[in-house]
Amino acid sequence: MDIQAIREQFPILDQEVNGHPLVYLDSAATSQKPLPVIEALESYYRQNNSNVHRGVHTLGSRATDQYEGARERVKDFIGARSTEEVIFTRGTTTAINTVAYGYARHVLQEGDEIVVTEMEHHSNLIPWQQAAKYTGATLKYVPMEEDGTITLESFRSTITNATKIVAVTHVSNVLGTVNPIKEIAAIAHEHDALIVVDGAQSVPHMKVDVANLDCDFYAFSGHKMCGPTGIGVLYGKKEWLEKMEPVEFGGEMIDFVGLYESTWKDLPWKFEGGTPIIAGAIGLHAAIDFLEEIGMDQIEAHERDLAAYAQTKLKEIDGLTIYGPKQRSGLVTFNIDGVHPHDTATVLDAEGTAVRAGHHCAQPLMKWLDTAATARASFYLYNTKEDIDRLAEGLNRAKEYFGDVF
Amino acid sequence: MSFNNLDTLYRQVIMDHYKNPRNRGSLDDESVTIDMNNPTCGDRIELHLQVEDGVVQDAKFEGEGCSISMSSASMMTQAVKGKDVEQALKMSSMFSDMMLGNEIDNEDIDLGDIEALQGVSKFPARIKCATLAWKAMEKGVASDEEQS
Repeated sequence: MDIQAIREQFPILDQEVNGHPLVYLDSAATSQKPLPVIEALESYYRQNNSNVHRGVHTLGSRATDQYEGARERVKDFIGARSTEEVIFTRGTTTAINTVAYGYARHVLQEGDEIVVTEMEHHSNLIPWQQAAKYTGATLKYVPMEEDGTITLESFRSTITNATKIVAVTHVSNVLGTVNPIKEIAAIAHEHDALIVVDGAQSVPHMKVDVANLDCDFYAFSGHKMCGPTGIGVLYGKKEWLEKMEPVEFGGEMIDFVGLYESTWKDLPWKFEGGTPIIAGAIGLHAAIDFLEEIGMDQIEAHERDLAAYAQTKLKEIDGLTIYGPKQRSGLVTFNIDGVHPHDTATVLDAEGTAVRAGHHCAQPLMKWLDTAATARASFYLYNTKEDIDRLAEGLNRAKEYFGDVF
Repeated sequence: MSFNNLDTLYRQVIMDHYKNPRNRGSLDDESVTIDMNNPTCGDRIELHLQVEDGVVQDAKFEGEGCSISMSSASMMTQAVKGKDVEQALKMSSMFSDMMLGNEIDNEDIDLGDIEALQGVSKFPARIKCATLAWKAMEKGVASDEEQS
């Protein structure tokens, strides 16, 4: 992988922030966008912009072809069986809410269980909290090991015949833990429960094959994988999507409309009420082309290298705590003793280094870690070991700086 | 930006309040308690106010957060203690102005240590840290008025 050539595809990286070359280490929050994606959006708006699935004019056909072409591309990318199983949404949150509203709220009853983990991002937790409240179902948590992993044994002992839904993240956005989804799905299915997977931190960084994982629903966002904001995907097995109710009603999703009754379009359109996210889908298509040309396996290997290097470098810093397991995805979450992560992030920003500080939309996990907030550096295909050296230097200076003033 | 710019944010007096917070603790049941947090970052304050006859008799806080949020809470409690409610609210609006980078008219009221937080206005991402305690105070004073 030629990182310099890759970096040249990301114009935003070539700038100074606060007088220093930008080091962008916040890709788990959102990734930067390469030229092919920026150009795909521009060319769509310059040449083909039109509404889809209606009218007979040429621009309308072009836009429709491009939009549905993007769906086809996503289908191949994640290994779905057909485009009927690929629903475009606003992002991971909307995708999970579609399952919570369109499926869970209709089928769950008192006595049923929803199984989640304490490492869930709020987007794969609150929809289930609310669904449990609404239906009287019980929310159950799978216990976590001290290193921030969860054993299959724990899943086995938590999931029961009363469990109807298992909602779990593929990769933790805080700990970097990679959960064994295929095995968890098998346990869920032994009990006739469905598995809903939050793939926001996995799809951008590794090869994901939803059919092979045998998950019932799988959600992810375009903006974390070099695509634009406002586009995401809900993959669902056709048999479940067919049984589900739409959650948004209006234009685009209808078949026949009467004064008092209406019927819905076929999959996947019955879940895409209103003018869809046309440009977003086209941008996502370009992002997938870009990532696959480099190779998902290469990207994953590169990030694992960076994560291992970051762990080594950061361990050299006295008084720095790293959270999460040794085997992890491309991110590292940490705190410097006695320095609040906001303060750490402000010192790093003064040197042009962007990291995330806060609770990372995972408040229950912060409680489990017994901390109010952490700092997180997350990597992507355009990051280098030099970026991590800059991070380590910055952290040493933050320590010095706050050591001095105290 | 260099570390000199950082020094405009992290003034000595701020660090002193962070390291040695004034009025940390809680008050008895007679007081008003306000819990406030900054949901985007996890800063949290539990403010206790004792207001009698329109005067803030005592103010204490518990909580966790960054140097800016905790030092601001420490300074705020120090500043409003002994002030009448009207003055406390005036200070709060002066503080908001200061965070917006506006010139403040402080002929009547001396903000004292609090002026050290002026540099925060140059760090937009940190303004919410600084205003958390003041927001809690405003809410506490309002709820006390409702009760009486």
